[in-house]
Amino acid sequence: MSALLSAEKVSKFYGARAGCRDVSFELWPGEVLAIVGESGSGKTTMLRCLSGHLPASSGKVRYTTRDGRGVALDEMSEAERRMLMRTDWGFVHQDARDGLRMGVSAGANVGERMMAVGERHYGRIRATASDWLKRVEIPEDRIDDSPWSYSGGMRQRLQIARNLVTAPRLVFMDEPTGGLDVSVQARLLDLIRGLVKRLDLAAIVVTHDLAVARLLSSRMMVMQQGQVIEQGLTDQILEDPQAPYTQLLVSSVLQV
Amino acid sequence: MNAPAYNFAYLNEQTKRMIRRALLKAIAIPGYQVPFASREMPMPYGWGTGGVQVTAAVLVPEDTLKVIDQGADDTTNAVSIRKFFVRTAGVATSERTAEASVIQTRHRIPETPLAENQILVFQVPIPEPLRFLEPRETETRTMHALEEYGVMHVKLYEDIAQYGEIATTYAYPAKVAERYVFDPSPIPKFDNPKLDDCPALQLFGAGREKRIYAVPPYTRVKSLDFEDHPFAVQSWTEPCALCGSRDSFLDEIVMDDAGTRMFVCSDTDFCARKRGEG
Amino acid sequence: MGAVLKIENLSKSFLLHQQAGARIPLFEGLSAEVAAGEAVAVTGPSGRGKSSLLKLVYGTYRANSGAIRVLSGSAWTDVVTALPRDVIALRRDVIGYVTQFLRVIPRVPAEMVVAEPMIDRGAAPEAALARARMLLDRLNIPKRLWHLSPMTFSGGEQQRVNIARGFAAHFPILLLDEPTASLDTENRNRVLELIAEARGAGSAILAVFHDETERHRACARSIRLD
Repeated sequence: MSALLSAEKVSKFYGARAGCRDVSFELWPGEVLAIVGESGSGKTTMLRCLSGHLPASSGKVRYTTRDGRGVALDEMSEAERRMLMRTDWGFVHQDARDGLRMGVSAGANVGERMMAVGERHYGRIRATASDWLKRVEIPEDRIDDSPWSYSGGMRQRLQIARNLVTAPRLVFMDEPTGGLDVSVQARLLDLIRGLVKRLDLAAIVVTHDLAVARLLSSRMMVMQQGQVIEQGLTDQILEDPQAPYTQLLVSSVLQV
Repeated sequence: MNAPAYNFAYLNEQTKRMIRRALLKAIAIPGYQVPFASREMPMPYGWGTGGVQVTAAVLVPEDTLKVIDQGADDTTNAVSIRKFFVRTAGVATSERTAEASVIQTRHRIPETPLAENQILVFQVPIPEPLRFLEPRETETRTMHALEEYGVMHVKLYEDIAQYGEIATTYAYPAKVAERYVFDPSPIPKFDNPKLDDCPALQLFGAGREKRIYAVPPYTRVKSLDFEDHPFAVQSWTEPCALCGSRDSFLDEIVMDDAGTRMFVCSDTDFCARKRGEG
Repeated sequence: MGAVLKIENLSKSFLLHQQAGARIPLFEGLSAEVAAGEAVAVTGPSGRGKSSLLKLVYGTYRANSGAIRVLSGSAWTDVVTALPRDVIALRRDVIGYVTQFLRVIPRVPAEMVVAEPMIDRGAAPEAALARARMLLDRLNIPKRLWHLSPMTFSGGEQQRVNIARGFAAHFPILLLDEPTASLDTENRNRVLELIAEARGAGSAILAVFHDETERHRACARSIRLD
């Protein structure tokens, strides 16, 4: 058994400036890793390098496919990478509009990945889409509505359904609850948490919100100015932070 | 004053070679959109410049040219383009499909089955079948290159969800030689089956978009559909009012203010042949 | 029955960078063992690390030096040096932990909170929920509260949900942090019963008790920190 995803000294440079530097970790099936940091910490850059959206300047990102092969992202063909991003991986964007096709119905949004991998039976596509809408608590009679008519929280849930329909093994999330009302956040987090457990997903969640990290993740990585300051179990980092920056971060969180 | 002298079929020989190179590439890769350096033509974009350039590049003095617009030889556009080639190429023209060696068409395929020595030139407005869902050219090119056509079925899915059936009735996307998905130009889906395994050479020119593509003779062309919503052509409840045909594409003509209507073959040559005229 | 938990030469201190590098020592060179079926109390003055020892065993706190060996099946794992994923596996199957206060997650009903550790191990949801309800009932949580999130429960009710969760699945090692605090007499007795039953089932228990009587009732011996 090998790790699902491994990053080896991954760095991304923009000229002389480091977006992220020397990031290394391994992710195993079923693990949820939170990458936390403030603005400019490099967490989103890191996420994009890991998910194949951005080529790293140096270092390796390796992924173990369903048939046990280890492949490095930068050695993959374009076709293979795009296929992986459509089947094995999911990416939940902070703004649902970036992760949905706003011009087509909710059902088509959820069904697209199925059609992309060759499903050609309308009835089956629709039934699966309907089932997924139910799972993300979107009323089934909204299946033919455009996402424009959805609220922010609904769009985010639709984005999740769209990503999970092909049973990916690894889901990347970029501030999945950013910009949502608190009660909507709670519902979404509960949904994500439940789905991750039930589907045994591995996930990498970028967030600046330590409470979200605590709720969703079992492991955490703290970044500052492109570097990993500390990483370990989530409760360990939050309750026994070692590095000065981590202690500062944890003590800065306001109590309700 | 002397009338200006045009090269045969208007375009200079170098331009014709450029277009022919594009045509050869297109024929070598059926359904693939080949970019070409579309020229300024003496008609505006949207009036068939792509089709005219392809015709001009393939015409030889021995050719007989037929030009149709929506199936008719006598509409304004068809007449103008035919006159253009008479003036610049001096080729023989005909309204009879069976007599023509080159047929330029806008939005229809002739009803009369084509033969091996014929070339059918289509006028194409938007060559990219993925454009409606993906506005970026960089992205659509990658999708074609990687055969990522799932999104085409999204469009068909939407039709069924909204209308209960696939509502696309023209410019119906099809897969050529089991590889590239293409837009056959705004021909009615009724004509799609004629694209498949056709003995003639079918060439497609988009002047404004600067693309050329082709379906070589006897190439497999399969229209996209779902297993449980298979591709089907239009049908009419009445036959053609003039010739009685039950298997040609019919236009609906409103006769008077009371709403009386009659159905008539869109292909004027076919209808005339059937009536035994000319 | 032999030791299932071995603490060897454990040292822990906190380094507070926010307080100009102040160093707070807790204990140094601590060694102890807990056997299966044994309940051991952690005693000592306030603030000298009783809860912290539990957190160290659970992996929430990071030790400065030493080892915390845990028996899982027939293999020993050192929590201090283990990989995060191995600690996560231990927490699922081997080490249970009843914290001092319930960490409430909105929207999750009380019965689900209790059932979760069993479902995490692969139990069928219906069976897990049945046992969860039985435990909630035993700890006098009224039925009308079972499907509600503990968000709105009283402190005592929340703690009883926490306890039910801790005893729902069998853990070879069980860590209890003030399990009877904020409970009335009847419920305190229930908890002590649960502890005795867990011991009987072979669990090694390490517990912090504020009340001396309860401590002696539950635990045969103690580890003193000072």
